[in-house]
Amino acid sequence: MSATRLALGPVLYYWARERVLAFYAEAAEAPVDVVYLGEAVCVRRREMRLADWLATARRLAEAGKEVVLSSQALLESEADLRALRRLAEAGTFRIEANDMSAVGVLAGRAAFVAGPHLNVYNARTLALLARLGAARWVAPVEISRAQLEAIAADRPPGLEIELFAHGRLPLAFSARCFTARHYNLQKDECGFRCMDHPDGLPLHTADGDPFLVLNGIQTQSARVYALLDDLAAVARSGVDIVRISPQAQGTFDIVRAYRAALAPAAPARNPDAGAVAPAPGEACNGYWHGVAGLATIRPEGRIG
Amino acid sequence: MELVCPAGSLPALKAAVDNGADCVYLGLRDDTNARNFAGLNFDVAGLDQALAYAHARGRKVLLAVNTYPQPDGWGKWTRAVDLAAERGVDAVILADLGLMEYAATRHPDLRLHLSVQGSATTYEAINLYRRLFGVQRAVLPRVLALRQIEELVARTEVEIEVFGFGGLCVMVEGRCQLSSYVTGESPNTAGACSPARAVRWEETPGGLESRLGGVLINRFGAGEHAAYPTLCKGRFEVAGELYYAIEEPASLNTLELLPELARCGVRAVKIEGRQRSPAYVAQVTRVWRAAIDALAANAARFAVKPGWDTELRRLSEGRSQTLGAYHRPWK
Repeated sequence: MSATRLALGPVLYYWARERVLAFYAEAAEAPVDVVYLGEAVCVRRREMRLADWLATARRLAEAGKEVVLSSQALLESEADLRALRRLAEAGTFRIEANDMSAVGVLAGRAAFVAGPHLNVYNARTLALLARLGAARWVAPVEISRAQLEAIAADRPPGLEIELFAHGRLPLAFSARCFTARHYNLQKDECGFRCMDHPDGLPLHTADGDPFLVLNGIQTQSARVYALLDDLAAVARSGVDIVRISPQAQGTFDIVRAYRAALAPAAPARNPDAGAVAPAPGEACNGYWHGVAGLATIRPEGRIG
Repeated sequence: MELVCPAGSLPALKAAVDNGADCVYLGLRDDTNARNFAGLNFDVAGLDQALAYAHARGRKVLLAVNTYPQPDGWGKWTRAVDLAAERGVDAVILADLGLMEYAATRHPDLRLHLSVQGSATTYEAINLYRRLFGVQRAVLPRVLALRQIEELVARTEVEIEVFGFGGLCVMVEGRCQLSSYVTGESPNTAGACSPARAVRWEETPGGLESRLGGVLINRFGAGEHAAYPTLCKGRFEVAGELYYAIEEPASLNTLELLPELARCGVRAVKIEGRQRSPAYVAQVTRVWRAAIDALAANAARFAVKPGWDTELRRLSEGRSQTLGAYHRPWK
């Protein structure tokens, strides 16, 4: 089996165009193998137009990256479907299908990535998606090691498996925009307030614990999913690619830390060594260990 | 317009049938359905009794097998589908692609409904299920506006069912992992959201606190109605402001939209609440039956009767109601 590869997930927040372009200029130089591009969260976010994404995609491809264009997770209207078709017809880049609408558009026409927002929880479903053209599957964020290993054992020949390994977890989508709701604005007159929150808008419990993050129509975990100390087990479980989800600061420090940990014969990291980059929240890894996602479980073989 | 009502028990099924449900949907007593709560749902004998009662009165029974089969439990889900076919269930409500393929291949005469847990919000998605499995009906997530529903109905031959009344998921169904983030169990994996075993109530000097998996969901002052701690319906603090940051505890009620839904070509209205009592099911079913009959008798003069409104409001979560995404302010 080849070495585990590293992917940069799509930027889930709404950043200004210059910030996005600077981010991907840095990505082109960073030790990542795969880069996912595009706006997967909110159709109203248009700092980057399709032409901008495609130009960025070409620059990254020239830098030797595999580029995938991520499609919307929630489609509601004919306009959303038109945007999806434009993305699918845009060119030579593979699409990450984050909704069955995208699978419908791509099935039998082009190989695609079955994204983390398709509900794939068993090998039968995965086999069916592979027959429709899925070349890679990004597991749902709530998947456990045991579930993933069971599915990987029955995976269709040639199908790659990717795991969301680092970042705030995208947990839910709604028709309602919670950022606009916070500002007492209607969704289609939202004033693009998401742009004021490059790591999302934190939500705390009434007793002050960071709990979730509002990111427009998406709700994320406040804790940062971090499988850095579980990477050896991740690599053994059948995962081909691990995904790092961009955050406002320090993403490429995280990339370098994961790259170092994935290197052949990398020494196990001391889990007490702490964060490798400034993190917007505490770490968690519960999903991987089959418990509540927000939990933190000491990596195997270590006494906590 | 068909009226599709919930039953978590045989008495609830009888209440639904006796009060005018066209179809009753129910689940088996395990994690193959998305209302996997203790003391709820049907075993095989109960399913047979439900079928006998409903079929004798010309009504249909739909079996929800609408969670996602987990790797170690595939056989449990296929047995549920086999059971539906053997016992003469009128349709199965499925979400998982693999399970749908199994049902379509093994039981080609079994009618398939796409569950709301399948998260299909466009005709492209719904038509894919039609092409692959011959799905005959799709239940829409509670996220679309009326105009969007109308666009969708016009572009598919699959019958469309929408939620009319009951608990409201503010998130796209099948696209929400908040519950497993806090408790380890989600609708997709375990058939439960905010499961009761993870709930703790505690009287504190600051008020009555509800916690889910240890996370403070709400704190109620004296005289406040203390709603169940469904985690998206808690009071949280955002930028110094404590409020229902995601959604208020409120029930969806679209009774006033009934003529619009019919005009859009919606074929069935679904009442949420398999976890509710037979008395609740009876009352809600009676009101909706009366409304649908009034619409059929004279669509042009349809109006919500004050009595219907009073009765439904009394049955609503937190005693308040919303039109959800059907209504423009969400958009």
